[in-house]
Amino acid sequence: MEHKKINLTLKVWRQQNAQSKGSFTEYKVSVSPDSSFLEMLDDINNDLEKKNLEPITFESDCREGICGTCGLVINGQPHGPIPRIATCQLHMRNFKDGDIIYVEPFRAKAFPIIKDLMVDRSAMDRVMEAGGFISVNTLSVPDGNAIPIPKEIASEAMDAAQCIGCGACVAACKNASAMLFVSAKVSQFALLPQGQPERYKRVESMVKVMDEYGFGSCSNTYACEAECPKGVSVKNIARMNREYFMAKVKSQNVE
Amino acid sequence: MSWVWKSLNSSIGKKLVMAITGVALMLFLIIHLAGNMSLYGGKDAFNNYVRLLEHIKPFIRVIEVILASVFVFHIFNGTRLWIENKQARPQGYSVNGSRKNTDVFSRTAFITGSIVFIFLVIHLQTIWYKFNYSGSELDLYTITTEWFQVWWYAALYFISVLLLGFHLNHGFQSAFQTFGWNHKKYFPFIEKLGTVYALIMTIGFGSIPVYFFFFGGK
Repeated sequence: MEHKKINLTLKVWRQQNAQSKGSFTEYKVSVSPDSSFLEMLDDINNDLEKKNLEPITFESDCREGICGTCGLVINGQPHGPIPRIATCQLHMRNFKDGDIIYVEPFRAKAFPIIKDLMVDRSAMDRVMEAGGFISVNTLSVPDGNAIPIPKEIASEAMDAAQCIGCGACVAACKNASAMLFVSAKVSQFALLPQGQPERYKRVESMVKVMDEYGFGSCSNTYACEAECPKGVSVKNIARMNREYFMAKVKSQNVE
Repeated sequence: MSWVWKSLNSSIGKKLVMAITGVALMLFLIIHLAGNMSLYGGKDAFNNYVRLLEHIKPFIRVIEVILASVFVFHIFNGTRLWIENKQARPQGYSVNGSRKNTDVFSRTAFITGSIVFIFLVIHLQTIWYKFNYSGSELDLYTITTEWFQVWWYAALYFISVLLLGFHLNHGFQSAFQTFGWNHKKYFPFIEKLGTVYALIMTIGFGSIPVYFFFFGGK
Protein backbone atom coordinates (compact mmCIF):
# COMPACT_ATOMS: atom_id res chain seq x y z
CA MET A 1 0.00 0.00 0.00
CA GLU A 2 1.43 3.34 -1.01
CA HIS A 3 1.22 6.16 1.52
CA LYS A 4 1.62 9.79 0.80
CA LYS A 5 4.84 11.05 2.30
CA ILE A 6 5.88 14.51 3.38
CA ASN A 7 9.28 16.02 2.70
CA LEU A 8 10.96 17.81 5.55
CA THR A 9 14.26 19.50 6.26
CA LEU A 10 15.55 18.66 9.72
CA LYS A 11 18.24 20.68 11.41
CA VAL A 12 19.47 18.50 14.23
CA TRP A 13 21.86 19.60 16.97
CA ARG A 14 24.97 17.41 16.87
CA GLN A 15 27.52 17.65 19.65
CA GLN A 16 30.26 15.13 20.32
CA ASN A 17 30.37 15.55 24.12
CA ALA A 18 29.85 18.05 26.93
CA GLN A 19 33.11 19.86 26.16
CA SER A 20 32.88 20.13 22.38
CA LYS A 21 31.12 22.86 20.50
CA GLY A 22 27.98 21.64 18.77
CA SER A 23 26.26 22.72 15.58
CA PHE A 24 23.24 21.92 13.45
CA THR A 25 23.44 19.20 10.79
CA GLU A 26 20.86 19.20 8.03
CA TYR A 27 18.92 16.05 7.08
CA LYS A 28 16.41 15.87 4.23
CA VAL A 29 13.76 13.30 4.98
CA SER A 30 10.69 11.88 3.30
CA VAL A 31 8.44 10.57 6.03
CA SER A 32 4.95 9.11 6.45
CA PRO A 33 2.54 11.43 8.28
CA ASP A 34 1.65 8.45 10.48
CA SER A 35 5.20 8.16 11.72
CA SER A 36 6.03 9.50 15.16
CA PHE A 37 8.80 12.04 15.61
CA LEU A 38 11.06 9.49 17.27
CA GLU A 39 10.34 6.86 14.58
CA MET A 40 11.48 9.42 12.03
CA LEU A 41 14.73 9.86 13.98
CA ASP A 42 15.05 6.04 14.12
CA ASP A 43 14.77 5.96 10.32
CA ILE A 44 17.44 8.62 9.96
CA ASN A 45 19.69 6.64 12.32
CA ASN A 46 19.16 3.44 10.28
CA ASP A 47 20.28 5.30 7.19
CA LEU A 48 23.27 6.81 9.00
CA GLU A 49 24.33 3.42 10.31
CA LYS A 50 24.06 1.88 6.85
CA LYS A 51 26.46 4.58 5.65
CA ASN A 52 28.74 3.86 8.62
CA LEU A 53 28.04 7.28 10.08
CA GLU A 54 27.50 8.13 13.74
CA PRO A 55 23.76 7.94 14.55
CA ILE A 56 21.98 10.80 16.35
CA THR A 57 21.97 10.22 20.11
CA PHE A 58 18.60 10.85 21.74
CA GLU A 59 16.74 9.36 24.67
CA SER A 60 13.47 7.47 24.75
CA ASP A 61 11.99 4.59 26.66
CA CYS A 62 8.26 3.85 26.93
CA ARG A 63 7.23 5.83 23.84
CA GLU A 64 3.74 6.24 25.23
CA GLY A 65 4.20 9.48 27.15
CA ILE A 66 4.46 8.16 30.69
CA CYS A 67 8.13 7.66 31.48
CA GLY A 68 9.53 11.14 30.89
CA THR A 69 12.68 9.93 29.19
CA CYS A 70 12.25 11.56 25.81
CA GLY A 71 12.42 15.28 25.41
CA LEU A 72 13.53 17.39 22.49
CA VAL A 73 13.12 21.06 21.82
CA ILE A 74 11.36 21.20 18.47
CA ASN A 75 11.25 24.62 16.80
CA GLY A 76 11.86 26.26 20.17
CA GLN A 77 9.19 24.32 22.06
CA PRO A 78 9.94 21.43 24.43
CA HIS A 79 8.06 18.33 23.20
CA GLY A 80 7.11 20.20 20.04
CA PRO A 81 4.16 22.34 18.97
CA ILE A 82 1.27 20.21 20.28
CA PRO A 83 0.35 20.85 23.92
CA ARG A 84 -0.02 18.15 26.58
CA ILE A 85 2.06 15.46 24.89
CA ALA A 86 5.61 14.17 25.18
CA THR A 87 7.96 14.09 22.19
CA CYS A 88 7.24 10.39 21.64
CA GLN A 89 3.54 11.13 21.15
CA LEU A 90 4.19 13.77 18.51
CA HIS A 91 3.30 12.62 15.01
CA MET A 92 4.54 13.91 11.71
CA ARG A 93 0.97 14.67 10.56
CA ASN A 94 1.33 17.84 12.62
CA PHE A 95 3.90 19.14 10.15
CA LYS A 96 3.46 20.34 6.59
CA ASP A 97 5.32 19.28 3.48
CA GLY A 98 8.40 21.47 3.09
CA ASP A 99 8.67 22.45 6.77
CA ILE A 100 12.06 23.16 8.28
CA ILE A 101 12.30 21.67 11.77
CA TYR A 102 14.97 22.64 14.27
CA VAL A 103 15.70 19.93 16.83
CA GLU A 104 17.68 20.96 19.90
CA PRO A 105 18.44 19.40 23.27
CA PHE A 106 16.99 20.75 26.54
CA ARG A 107 19.29 23.62 27.45
CA ALA A 108 20.15 24.48 31.05
CA LYS A 109 23.27 24.82 33.14
CA ALA A 110 21.89 22.05 35.36
CA PHE A 111 21.36 19.77 32.31
CA PRO A 112 24.80 19.38 30.69
CA ILE A 113 24.73 17.82 27.22
CA ILE A 114 26.05 14.26 27.15
CA LYS A 115 25.89 13.86 23.38
CA ASP A 116 23.78 15.34 20.56
CA LEU A 117 20.24 15.57 21.93
CA MET A 118 20.88 13.68 25.16
CA VAL A 119 21.26 15.67 28.35
CA ASP A 120 22.16 14.70 31.91
CA ARG A 121 19.06 15.31 34.03
CA SER A 122 20.38 13.66 37.17
CA ALA A 123 20.11 17.01 38.99
CA MET A 124 16.40 16.22 39.20
CA ASP A 125 17.20 12.86 40.81
CA ARG A 126 19.35 14.64 43.40
CA VAL A 127 16.41 16.95 44.17
CA MET A 128 14.17 13.89 44.64
CA GLU A 129 16.71 12.22 46.92
CA ALA A 130 16.71 15.33 49.08
CA GLY A 131 13.06 14.92 50.05
CA GLY A 132 10.84 13.44 47.37
CA PHE A 133 9.75 10.49 49.46
CA ILE A 134 7.63 9.50 52.46
CA SER A 135 8.44 7.23 55.37
CA VAL A 136 6.35 4.07 55.62
CA ASN A 137 6.41 1.08 57.92
CA THR A 138 7.63 -2.09 56.27
CA LEU A 139 6.26 -5.64 56.79
CA SER A 140 2.52 -5.99 56.32
CA VAL A 141 0.71 -4.07 53.60
CA PRO A 142 -1.44 -1.27 55.08
CA ASP A 143 -5.18 -1.44 54.52
CA GLY A 144 -6.40 0.43 51.50
CA ASN A 145 -8.34 3.58 52.35
CA ALA A 146 -7.38 3.25 56.03
CA ILE A 147 -6.79 7.02 56.08
CA PRO A 148 -9.79 8.99 54.84
CA ILE A 149 -8.80 11.58 52.22
CA PRO A 150 -11.40 13.86 50.59
CA LYS A 151 -11.82 13.24 46.88
CA GLU A 152 -10.83 16.82 45.92
CA ILE A 153 -7.59 16.62 47.89
CA ALA A 154 -6.76 13.20 46.46
CA SER A 155 -7.41 14.55 42.95
CA GLU A 156 -5.23 17.58 43.50
CA ALA A 157 -2.41 15.39 44.77
CA MET A 158 -2.86 13.12 41.76
CA ASP A 159 -2.75 16.11 39.40
CA ALA A 160 0.59 17.08 40.91
CA ALA A 161 1.78 13.47 40.88
CA GLN A 162 1.16 13.33 37.12
CA CYS A 163 4.56 14.95 36.68
CA ILE A 164 6.74 12.47 34.80
CA GLY A 165 9.95 14.35 35.59
CA CYS A 166 10.87 14.93 31.95
CA GLY A 167 12.39 18.37 32.53
CA ALA A 168 10.34 20.19 29.87
CA CYS A 169 9.50 22.89 32.44
CA VAL A 170 13.21 23.60 32.87
CA ALA A 171 13.71 23.58 29.10
CA ALA A 172 10.79 25.93 28.50
CA CYS A 173 11.55 28.42 31.26
CA LYS A 174 13.53 31.45 30.18
CA ASN A 175 15.37 31.13 33.51
CA ALA A 176 15.85 27.34 33.28
CA SER A 177 13.99 27.13 36.57
CA ALA A 178 12.89 23.77 37.94
CA MET A 179 10.14 25.24 40.10
CA LEU A 180 7.27 23.42 38.37
CA PHE A 181 8.95 20.04 38.74
CA VAL A 182 10.00 20.57 42.36
CA SER A 183 6.65 22.12 43.30
CA ALA A 184 4.74 19.18 41.81
CA LYS A 185 6.82 16.80 43.89
CA VAL A 186 6.45 18.92 47.03
CA SER A 187 2.70 19.24 46.46
CA GLN A 188 1.88 15.59 45.85
CA PHE A 189 3.18 14.79 49.33
CA ALA A 190 2.23 17.98 51.16
CA LEU A 191 -1.42 17.49 50.21
CA LEU A 192 -1.74 14.00 51.64
CA PRO A 193 -1.67 12.79 55.27
CA GLN A 194 1.13 10.35 54.43
CA GLY A 195 3.38 13.27 53.51
CA GLN A 196 3.00 15.19 56.76
CA PRO A 197 5.89 13.80 58.86
CA GLU A 198 8.56 15.20 56.50
CA ARG A 199 6.42 18.07 55.19
CA TYR A 200 8.56 21.10 56.10
CA LYS A 201 11.91 19.36 56.05
CA ARG A 202 11.07 18.13 52.55
CA VAL A 203 10.44 21.53 50.98
CA GLU A 204 13.47 23.07 52.68
CA SER A 205 15.90 20.43 51.50
CA MET A 206 14.47 20.02 48.00
CA VAL A 207 14.65 23.77 47.35
CA LYS A 208 18.18 23.86 48.76
CA VAL A 209 19.40 21.15 46.37
CA MET A 210 17.50 22.76 43.49
CA ASP A 211 19.35 26.02 44.14
CA GLU A 212 22.72 24.26 44.43
CA TYR A 213 22.39 22.85 40.92
CA GLY A 214 22.04 26.30 39.42
CA PHE A 215 18.44 26.17 38.24
CA GLY A 216 17.07 29.70 37.84
CA SER A 217 14.37 31.44 39.83
CA CYS A 218 10.75 31.70 38.77
CA SER A 219 9.62 34.82 36.86
CA ASN A 220 6.00 33.66 36.73
CA THR A 221 5.89 33.64 32.93
CA TYR A 222 4.09 30.26 33.16
CA ALA A 223 5.89 28.86 30.10
CA CYS A 224 6.38 25.68 32.14
CA GLU A 225 2.67 24.99 32.50
CA ALA A 226 2.10 25.71 28.80
CA GLU A 227 4.76 23.19 27.77
CA CYS A 228 4.25 20.52 30.45
CA PRO A 229 3.17 17.28 28.73
CA LYS A 230 0.99 16.51 31.75
CA GLY A 231 -0.41 20.02 32.22
CA VAL A 232 0.90 20.32 35.79
CA SER A 233 -0.47 23.61 37.11
CA VAL A 234 1.57 26.59 38.32
CA LYS A 235 -0.75 26.53 41.35
CA ASN A 236 1.76 23.99 42.60
CA ILE A 237 4.49 26.64 42.50
CA ALA A 238 2.29 28.89 44.65
CA ARG A 239 1.77 25.97 47.02
CA MET A 240 5.52 25.28 47.18
CA ASN A 241 6.12 28.96 48.00
CA ARG A 242 3.57 28.74 50.84
CA GLU A 243 5.13 25.52 52.09
CA TYR A 244 8.58 27.07 51.93
CA PHE A 245 7.59 30.19 53.86
CA MET A 246 5.78 28.11 56.49
CA ALA A 247 8.76 25.77 56.73
CA LYS A 248 11.11 28.67 57.26
CA VAL A 249 8.87 30.13 59.96
CA LYS A 250 8.04 26.87 61.72
CA SER A 251 10.98 24.49 61.33
CA GLN A 252 13.61 23.94 64.00
CA ASN A 253 16.34 24.41 61.43
CA VAL A 254 18.26 27.56 62.37
CA GLU A 255 21.06 27.21 59.85
CA MET B 1 19.43 34.77 62.51
CA SER B 2 21.49 33.47 59.61
CA TRP B 3 18.49 31.39 58.53
CA VAL B 4 16.58 34.56 57.69
CA TRP B 5 19.39 35.85 55.50
CA LYS B 6 19.85 32.46 53.83
CA SER B 7 16.14 32.06 53.24
CA LEU B 8 15.86 35.49 51.64
CA ASN B 9 18.77 34.61 49.36
CA SER B 10 17.27 31.31 48.20
CA SER B 11 15.53 31.14 44.84
CA ILE B 12 12.12 31.49 46.51
CA GLY B 13 13.36 34.08 49.03
CA LYS B 14 14.59 36.40 46.28
CA LYS B 15 11.17 36.19 44.65
CA LEU B 16 9.56 37.07 47.97
CA VAL B 17 11.73 40.18 48.23
CA MET B 18 10.66 41.17 44.70
CA ALA B 19 7.01 40.60 45.57
CA ILE B 20 6.99 42.50 48.89
CA THR B 21 8.91 45.49 47.53
CA GLY B 22 6.76 45.37 44.39
CA VAL B 23 3.53 45.57 46.39
CA ALA B 24 4.97 48.44 48.46
CA LEU B 25 5.83 50.32 45.26
CA MET B 26 2.37 49.66 43.85
CA LEU B 27 0.82 51.20 46.97
CA PHE B 28 3.13 54.20 46.59
CA LEU B 29 2.02 54.63 42.97
CA ILE B 30 -1.61 54.96 44.08
CA ILE B 31 -0.71 57.81 46.45
CA HIS B 32 1.57 59.37 43.83
CA LEU B 33 -1.21 59.29 41.22
CA ALA B 34 -3.75 60.75 43.65
CA GLY B 35 -1.36 63.65 44.29
CA ASN B 36 -0.64 64.15 40.58
CA MET B 37 -4.34 64.48 39.86
CA SER B 38 -4.16 67.88 41.57
CA LEU B 39 -2.37 69.09 38.40
CA TYR B 40 -5.76 68.98 36.70
CA GLY B 41 -7.10 71.31 39.37
CA GLY B 42 -4.89 74.12 38.04
CA LYS B 43 -2.13 76.21 39.48
CA ASP B 44 -3.53 76.79 42.97
CA ALA B 45 -4.67 73.22 43.54
CA PHE B 46 -1.24 71.83 42.66
CA ASN B 47 0.78 74.46 44.49
CA ASN B 48 -1.41 74.00 47.58
CA TYR B 49 -0.81 70.25 47.40
CA VAL B 50 2.95 70.85 47.20
CA ARG B 51 2.70 73.29 50.12
CA LEU B 52 0.90 70.61 52.13
CA LEU B 53 3.76 68.21 51.48
CA GLU B 54 6.24 70.95 52.51
CA HIS B 55 4.27 71.40 55.70
CA ILE B 56 4.70 67.77 56.75
CA LYS B 57 8.31 67.58 55.53
CA PRO B 58 9.79 65.51 58.41
CA PHE B 59 7.16 62.83 57.83
CA ILE B 60 7.75 62.93 54.08
CA ARG B 61 11.50 62.55 54.64
CA VAL B 62 10.96 59.35 56.65
CA ILE B 63 8.68 57.99 53.91
CA GLU B 64 11.28 58.94 51.30
CA VAL B 65 14.01 56.99 53.07
CA ILE B 66 11.79 53.92 53.30
CA LEU B 67 10.72 54.34 49.70
CA ALA B 68 14.29 54.74 48.51
CA SER B 69 15.36 51.53 50.24
CA VAL B 70 12.36 49.68 48.81
CA PHE B 71 13.35 50.92 45.34
CA VAL B 72 16.97 49.87 45.88
CA PHE B 73 15.95 46.39 47.06
CA HIS B 74 13.55 45.93 44.14
CA ILE B 75 16.03 47.15 41.54
CA PHE B 76 19.10 45.45 43.02
CA ASN B 77 17.32 42.15 43.57
CA GLY B 78 15.66 42.27 40.15
CA THR B 79 18.97 42.87 38.40
CA ARG B 80 20.65 40.14 40.42
CA LEU B 81 17.87 37.68 39.59
CA TRP B 82 18.11 38.61 35.92
CA ILE B 83 21.87 37.96 35.86
CA GLU B 84 21.55 34.69 37.77
CA ASN B 85 18.68 33.54 35.59
CA LYS B 86 20.74 34.26 32.47
CA GLN B 87 23.54 32.16 33.94
CA ALA B 88 21.13 29.26 34.48
CA ARG B 89 21.12 28.81 30.68
CA PRO B 90 24.62 29.55 29.36
CA GLN B 91 23.76 28.47 25.81
CA GLY B 92 20.43 29.66 24.49
CA TYR B 93 18.14 28.10 21.91
CA SER B 94 18.60 28.81 18.23
CA VAL B 95 14.85 28.99 17.77
CA ASN B 96 13.03 31.08 20.36
CA GLY B 97 9.64 29.61 21.16
CA SER B 98 8.77 32.01 23.99
CA ARG B 99 6.06 33.78 21.98
CA LYS B 100 4.14 30.53 21.88
CA ASN B 101 4.10 29.85 25.61
CA THR B 102 4.33 33.20 27.44
CA ASP B 103 2.75 36.64 27.26
CA VAL B 104 4.65 39.80 26.41
CA PHE B 105 4.18 41.35 29.88
CA SER B 106 5.96 38.59 31.79
CA ARG B 107 8.67 38.07 29.18
CA THR B 108 9.69 41.71 29.15
CA ALA B 109 9.50 42.53 32.88
CA PHE B 110 13.23 43.19 33.14
CA ILE B 111 13.35 45.38 30.04
CA THR B 112 10.27 47.43 30.98
CA GLY B 113 11.64 47.74 34.52
CA SER B 114 15.00 48.95 33.20
CA ILE B 115 13.39 51.65 31.05
CA VAL B 116 11.21 52.75 33.97
CA PHE B 117 14.41 52.96 36.04
CA ILE B 118 16.05 55.29 33.49
CA PHE B 119 12.91 57.40 33.58
CA LEU B 120 12.98 57.37 37.38
CA VAL B 121 16.48 58.88 37.42
CA ILE B 122 15.49 61.66 35.00
CA HIS B 123 12.22 62.17 36.88
CA LEU B 124 14.02 62.56 40.21
CA GLN B 125 16.43 65.08 38.69
CA THR B 126 13.84 67.19 36.89
CA ILE B 127 11.01 67.14 39.44
CA TRP B 128 12.00 65.81 42.83
CA TYR B 129 15.38 67.59 43.02
CA LYS B 130 13.91 70.88 41.78
CA PHE B 131 11.06 70.72 44.28
CA ASN B 132 13.33 70.00 47.22
CA TYR B 133 16.46 72.04 46.61
CA SER B 134 15.52 75.19 44.81
CA GLY B 135 13.73 77.15 47.50
CA SER B 136 10.05 77.18 48.32
CA GLU B 137 9.32 80.44 46.53
CA LEU B 138 9.16 78.78 43.13
CA ASP B 139 5.95 78.31 41.22
CA LEU B 140 6.21 74.55 40.92
CA TYR B 141 3.07 74.21 38.85
CA THR B 142 4.62 76.31 36.09
CA ILE B 143 7.93 74.45 36.28
CA THR B 144 6.16 71.09 36.03
CA THR B 145 3.80 72.02 33.22
CA GLU B 146 6.65 73.66 31.29
CA TRP B 147 8.48 70.35 31.35
CA PHE B 148 5.48 68.73 29.72
CA GLN B 149 5.70 71.30 26.89
CA VAL B 150 9.09 69.83 25.99
CA TRP B 151 8.23 67.21 23.41
CA TRP B 152 10.96 64.71 24.32
CA TYR B 153 10.14 64.92 28.01
CA ALA B 154 6.42 64.44 27.38
CA ALA B 155 7.17 61.54 25.03
CA LEU B 156 9.61 59.94 27.49
CA TYR B 157 7.09 60.32 30.30
CA PHE B 158 4.32 58.79 28.22
CA ILE B 159 6.35 55.85 26.91
CA SER B 160 7.77 55.12 30.36
CA VAL B 161 4.30 55.11 31.90
CA LEU B 162 3.06 52.80 29.15
CA LEU B 163 5.91 50.37 29.84
CA LEU B 164 5.29 50.76 33.57
CA GLY B 165 1.76 49.56 32.81
CA PHE B 166 3.22 46.46 31.12
CA HIS B 167 5.46 45.95 34.15
CA LEU B 168 2.56 46.32 36.59
CA ASN B 169 0.24 44.05 34.62
CA HIS B 170 2.78 41.27 35.10
CA GLY B 171 3.96 42.34 38.56
CA PHE B 172 0.60 42.51 40.28
CA GLN B 173 -0.50 38.93 39.71
CA SER B 174 3.09 37.72 39.87
CA ALA B 175 3.50 39.10 43.40
CA PHE B 176 0.42 37.23 44.62
CA GLN B 177 1.51 34.05 42.86
CA THR B 178 4.83 34.36 44.71
CA PHE B 179 3.02 34.87 48.03
CA GLY B 180 1.34 31.57 47.24
CA TRP B 181 -2.15 33.03 46.82
CA ASN B 182 -2.87 31.18 43.60
CA HIS B 183 -6.21 29.78 44.61
CA LYS B 184 -9.17 28.78 42.47
CA LYS B 185 -11.46 31.21 44.29
CA TYR B 186 -9.31 34.31 44.43
CA PHE B 187 -6.69 34.21 41.71
CA PRO B 188 -8.87 34.92 38.66
CA PHE B 189 -10.04 38.03 40.54
CA ILE B 190 -6.47 39.02 41.45
CA GLU B 191 -5.43 38.72 37.80
CA LYS B 192 -8.32 40.95 36.67
CA LEU B 193 -7.66 43.42 39.47
CA GLY B 194 -4.01 43.58 38.40
CA THR B 195 -4.97 44.45 34.83
CA VAL B 196 -7.46 47.07 36.03
CA TYR B 197 -4.84 48.52 38.37
CA ALA B 198 -2.25 48.64 35.56
CA LEU B 199 -4.78 50.33 33.27
CA ILE B 200 -5.71 52.95 35.88
CA MET B 201 -2.03 53.73 36.51
CA THR B 202 -1.22 53.92 32.78
CA ILE B 203 -4.20 56.10 31.92
CA GLY B 204 -3.83 58.19 35.08
CA PHE B 205 -0.13 59.00 34.74
CA GLY B 206 -0.12 58.79 30.93
CA SER B 207 -2.88 61.37 30.50
CA ILE B 208 -0.81 64.08 32.25
CA PRO B 209 1.91 64.62 29.59
CA VAL B 210 -0.68 64.24 26.81
CA TYR B 211 -2.97 66.86 28.36
CA PHE B 212 -0.26 69.41 29.13
CA PHE B 213 1.58 68.90 25.84
CA PHE B 214 -1.47 69.35 23.63
CA PHE B 215 -3.54 71.75 25.72
CA GLY B 216 -0.77 73.41 27.72
CA GLY B 217 -2.85 73.10 30.84
CA LYS B 218 -5.17 75.87 29.70
